[in-house]
Amino acid sequence: MAAPETPKLKPRPIVRLGILLISHNLVVSVICCISGIVALLLLPILAKNTYISENALMPGSANPMLSTQDVADANKLVKDLMDLKSESTSSDKMQRVVAEYISDLGAEVGYQKFYPQSDQFNPLHFFSLPDPGTLQEKVNCSSFAINVIGIARAPRGDGKEAIVLVTPYNFEDADLLDALSVGLTYSVFSLLTQVTWLAKDIIWLVADSRCGEYSSVAAWLRDYQTPVFGSSSAADSSTCDSSNTFYGLKDSSVIERKITDNFRRAGTMAAALVIKVIDKSEPFEDTLSLYAEASNGQMPNLDLINIVNYLAVHRQGLHVKVQKLTSLINAKWLTVLAQIFEYVGVIARRLNPQWKFGIPAAEYVDGTATLASSLYNQALGVPTGPHGAFRDYQVDAVTLEFSPKVYSMSKGRHKEFLVQGGRLIEGVIRSVNNLLEKFHQSFFLYLLTSPGRFVSVGVYMIPFALLVTPLPIMAASLYTKTNNLDSDAETNDLSIYQKSFTWLNAAKKVLLVHLWGAIVSLLPYAICHLGVSTPAMNLAVWSMLSVLCYLLFCLILGVRSAKSGKAQWAVLKSATLSAVFIGLCLMSVVNFATAEFGALLLVPMCLVIYPLKSDLHAGGLMNFSRMACNLALVLIGFPPAAFILLKGALDGFHSIYVGDFWIWVESLWAWNSATYLYITMIHLPCWLLCLHVLLHTR
Amino acid sequence: MELLRRPIFSLLLLLSLPISFPSISLGSAVQGEDGHREEEFTEELLLKPLPDRKVLAHFHFENTAQRTQSYGRHHHLFPKAISQLVKKFAVREMELSFTQGRWNYESWGGFDPISSSNAKPPGVELWATFDVPPDQVDASWKNLTHSLSGLFCASINFLESSATYSAPEWAFQPASGNLRYGTLPREAVCTENLTPWLKLLPCRDKAGISSLMDRPSIYRGFYHSQRLRLRPAKIIADGADSGIVLEQTLTVVLQPNGFRTKSSHSSENKISPTWAMSSLLGRKIEGRCVLAKSSNVYLQLERGLVAELNALKENQEFVGTTVLNDDLIKNPAFEISVKPDWVLKEVGNLPTGSSSLMYGYSIGKSTDSGPFDLHLTWKSPMVWSCPRPPLHASRFLMGSGNERGAIAISLRSTGLNEGLYGSNKDKESCVLPVNVFQVVPWYIKVYFHTIKVFIDEQRKAVPDVIEKIRVSPSEDKVLPGVMEMVLKLPCGVKSAAMTLEFDKGFLHIDEYPPDANQGFDIPSAIITFPNVEAAMHFNQFSSSDKSPLLSRFREKNPVQSYTEVLLVPLTTPDFSMPYNVITITCTVFALYFGSLLNVLRKRASEEERLLRAKGRSSPLSRLLAKLRRKKEVEPQSSTTSSSLFSSKLVVKIILVAAIAICWQYFG
Repeated sequence: MAAPETPKLKPRPIVRLGILLISHNLVVSVICCISGIVALLLLPILAKNTYISENALMPGSANPMLSTQDVADANKLVKDLMDLKSESTSSDKMQRVVAEYISDLGAEVGYQKFYPQSDQFNPLHFFSLPDPGTLQEKVNCSSFAINVIGIARAPRGDGKEAIVLVTPYNFEDADLLDALSVGLTYSVFSLLTQVTWLAKDIIWLVADSRCGEYSSVAAWLRDYQTPVFGSSSAADSSTCDSSNTFYGLKDSSVIERKITDNFRRAGTMAAALVIKVIDKSEPFEDTLSLYAEASNGQMPNLDLINIVNYLAVHRQGLHVKVQKLTSLINAKWLTVLAQIFEYVGVIARRLNPQWKFGIPAAEYVDGTATLASSLYNQALGVPTGPHGAFRDYQVDAVTLEFSPKVYSMSKGRHKEFLVQGGRLIEGVIRSVNNLLEKFHQSFFLYLLTSPGRFVSVGVYMIPFALLVTPLPIMAASLYTKTNNLDSDAETNDLSIYQKSFTWLNAAKKVLLVHLWGAIVSLLPYAICHLGVSTPAMNLAVWSMLSVLCYLLFCLILGVRSAKSGKAQWAVLKSATLSAVFIGLCLMSVVNFATAEFGALLLVPMCLVIYPLKSDLHAGGLMNFSRMACNLALVLIGFPPAAFILLKGALDGFHSIYVGDFWIWVESLWAWNSATYLYITMIHLPCWLLCLHVLLHTR
Repeated sequence: MELLRRPIFSLLLLLSLPISFPSISLGSAVQGEDGHREEEFTEELLLKPLPDRKVLAHFHFENTAQRTQSYGRHHHLFPKAISQLVKKFAVREMELSFTQGRWNYESWGGFDPISSSNAKPPGVELWATFDVPPDQVDASWKNLTHSLSGLFCASINFLESSATYSAPEWAFQPASGNLRYGTLPREAVCTENLTPWLKLLPCRDKAGISSLMDRPSIYRGFYHSQRLRLRPAKIIADGADSGIVLEQTLTVVLQPNGFRTKSSHSSENKISPTWAMSSLLGRKIEGRCVLAKSSNVYLQLERGLVAELNALKENQEFVGTTVLNDDLIKNPAFEISVKPDWVLKEVGNLPTGSSSLMYGYSIGKSTDSGPFDLHLTWKSPMVWSCPRPPLHASRFLMGSGNERGAIAISLRSTGLNEGLYGSNKDKESCVLPVNVFQVVPWYIKVYFHTIKVFIDEQRKAVPDVIEKIRVSPSEDKVLPGVMEMVLKLPCGVKSAAMTLEFDKGFLHIDEYPPDANQGFDIPSAIITFPNVEAAMHFNQFSSSDKSPLLSRFREKNPVQSYTEVLLVPLTTPDFSMPYNVITITCTVFALYFGSLLNVLRKRASEEERLLRAKGRSSPLSRLLAKLRRKKEVEPQSSTTSSSLFSSKLVVKIILVAAIAICWQYFG
């Protein structure tokens, strides 16, 4: 930089460090990338044991009060529901039975009727809740569902806060297990109507899941949090026939029952538990699966998971599970890796007995599978259950999925199961009830590696940071290199002008391609209105329109510049790298897991990319291998290809269908997932820019 | 002409009041020497079975003191603490209530005098009017809150700050000047508040009805409200007040013992549980408080229950069973253990056909035959409902997130207003006025212009519905937002709703309470129906016309109900991490100012000269300079041959690492 002849003062240390890094960019990038991937693989080892951070929770400090009497009543409800089902009575009769049961407990009962909305692409509602007024227009009148809501008021409470219990139940088609989930919640609810320690009101929502579990809970929450006055009834009567309302459900003869059509409310929601019973044919023990991921990778406070886990394991002796990627457990490479880590751990311990970072291979494999599933679910941005609806309103919620062991189900011994599950729910509610403040003590950003172990944000940020670091360094190095090249060649005004023009040209190109990405992300809105039926056709239309759009851009705005300089591709690559860096960093704020996956795919591709023609001309072994590497990475980097490869790796390649990608993308925007925006507005343009570099003609 | 003269006349009267005051008080002192109207204390207890199988116990103690000078500052019965308070702060009227739990307007009623005047919002509510010039009212209020705080062991002194109290003009109490109103929704209520309250009674809880106050059974209740009300005694003809009345009430809703909810559908065991006074309250009345002028226990049967009883009786007669003579205490529905001394019947124009019954017991008599205890045994299931206010009011929050939100007040018809106004021929012109009084803390920044009113799910223009409105906007950290308004709703209204949008404000770090993450309370709004009066007239009986409880029942107060307290989550800083914040800000500042100063201080040529001068000075610095120069040329060479330098560095690093490992391993 400086003229060498004068005994010049040194540049400032930070600048020197920067220069050092830039000059060694290749080494730095390789080291960073590899260490990033290694750090990612090390995460299960770095996981810490969970602990209950909020002292006020005091889980398990009180003896459970759930008695066999409550369970016997619940069993009776289960039997009644099953009898009604076998008699094939109408669903409103069953709703009335549930409502009567709840009101017999002395709780208030209300009904809520709602029309499920059809999923439609609305590009402007990604991070905001849709406007309730516009929702009314899109209701599907032919089908409606009715939620039953029971509210137990805390006897001495001030009614400012409430805890929500949700039981999804399909009133039209339910089996014994669904009825058991209602029974399980009923047993807890009946206890809670009698206890004196309650400080928060209890809301029990029997969500009519005939239109989907999530949508029924979301509809109730919408009415609870953002009710619409005035326009609702008008729209209701104009768009839908109001004669099929459920006033028939009202039991007018009994004055004592507090059953009304009014929408009943309690205070601010403190926490919500979604309770489900399913049959997973567990051979030996009753298990409990926890689902916590809400939309866009948001998680409930870790304390909520902790108390459920603590009570389930230490008080009720349930086997607690969180989701795993099962295909990973049997993966060969993972087992080998696990053994290596175990071996390293053993050696480290031999050196110094204080170093205890090694974990058993089986535990590592298990942890990795759980972590991968946790990352995957967060990255997808699609909630894993009805609890996701609560997170949109800043309410911590978790789904508890019980699955009784085969033995007890086959013998019809539901009571033990109900007692066990009921006491767990009671304990969790009691803990949350103890809480004076809302959940705030523990982590909101974490990944689970097992129900009792987690990786906090401070740790899982490291791999991402390591992966992303080479991008600006490489970009800077490329830029300085091209500058040097140009200055070496000729140093007149024209070249300086040209130099800045090259740079501007690259920046323009990057911007235009990103603009194209934005247009591609909006195209499905038009496609939805076209009314093409099959997913494959939709996908074809979408890709055709995208390509057409790209060609138009090329023609009109001249994406390809007239004069192609020698070092133009390097400047373009440098601009691409900066764009990728900015995009990934932005995404990491919105949804960290998506950014992590994106970095894994994009960073190697962007770093390695090199024009094919130059490699072909050079023709060495190194060049050839780089060419192959480039081609492979560009293939993997293309979103549909990546999707198909991932799906194939997880489920096997025989079941792949072209339209799957469309279905997947559709689900992303239906759930307002930011991953969709990431794919179309960051990933796809960056991939295209890399393709530009790859196909660069001298 | 008369119109003109009247205000002048009243002004004259006002001016002459302080002058004429001593003579009046002298007159009352003379009257006091007569002996019969000097100081009075009465104790009463009202029991009422509620529709949801609970029992209401309402204790009513009344202490009347004439303004007298015969004893100087001393009283026989009237608590000195209160009389001093009244004298010092010139309190004309005051009400203080401590409440735990919520009054259930749906099943416990909201129309009768008890619920209308004794259903209070959770926590502490205090209002007072003062006999001082308007500019001294605030000072008096502040002093009063501090005195009461000490007197009742509660944090009433928090009402001192001007951001917590307000001065409603007309929506809270009609025609009240110099009124201040404040609530503390989060105040916990327990025995430490009850004990000083009991100390004000002449017999404390040692004798009489107050001896029933067994703390565990009272605090086991579903609702608990202790109230202290000061009011001027009856106005004498010449317009000056004659004394002060202290009314202490305790309203408890209790659950009879041995109650287990039934889960069977069939209504066979829907019979309300049998209860006795001793089982409800844990004690019996051993005898009256000897200082009390009268000591009565009432059992009230509501209109709905009496109607059901009558229907049952007719049914039985139809079947043919003979109805017993003493069907008042022993009938097919229930049985009462003690024969009442008198039975009162409600009179007046009643909306429903039947009238409520009041069984009276005088405690003075029953002491001869052992302690007084009342048993009520239910025989058949009775289902009835309480008289409810014309509109059921509820309030809730809308929206989510930390930025904006809305408060909604929803009024829903209970079906009563049709009965009230059914006779009206012109339903179009019939209007049901509703007063709404709402205080909002300053950190909830309400935009009063966003008010929207919906009647029967139809949006109405604000001027069409709101007859009168007074708004005082909040001022940060100084004043709360106050809204008083009169809604005129059509009589046949099914539902009405009102929404107000707000922004959530930010508090300074030291203004957060210790449990800031719970959220912040918005005190209850008060909904008053000025045209609907909660009054019950009972037919006169010789010993009952003096009963203060029944005379309270006779008062024509508008029906009033409180809405829920709301909890607003505000943005709260992470209090547990001030250290991190300090560290980060300090680092940023250090980096910024360090580099800035560095740049400002340095001059290139100066630096060079200094470097040369240094080079001459000492061998160590020369060596250092040499090293530096070497490093300095390194970046250029690094692109071509950086291997030498880096290998040196690597060796150094390895050396350091090896030393560290050895240290770790052997140390």
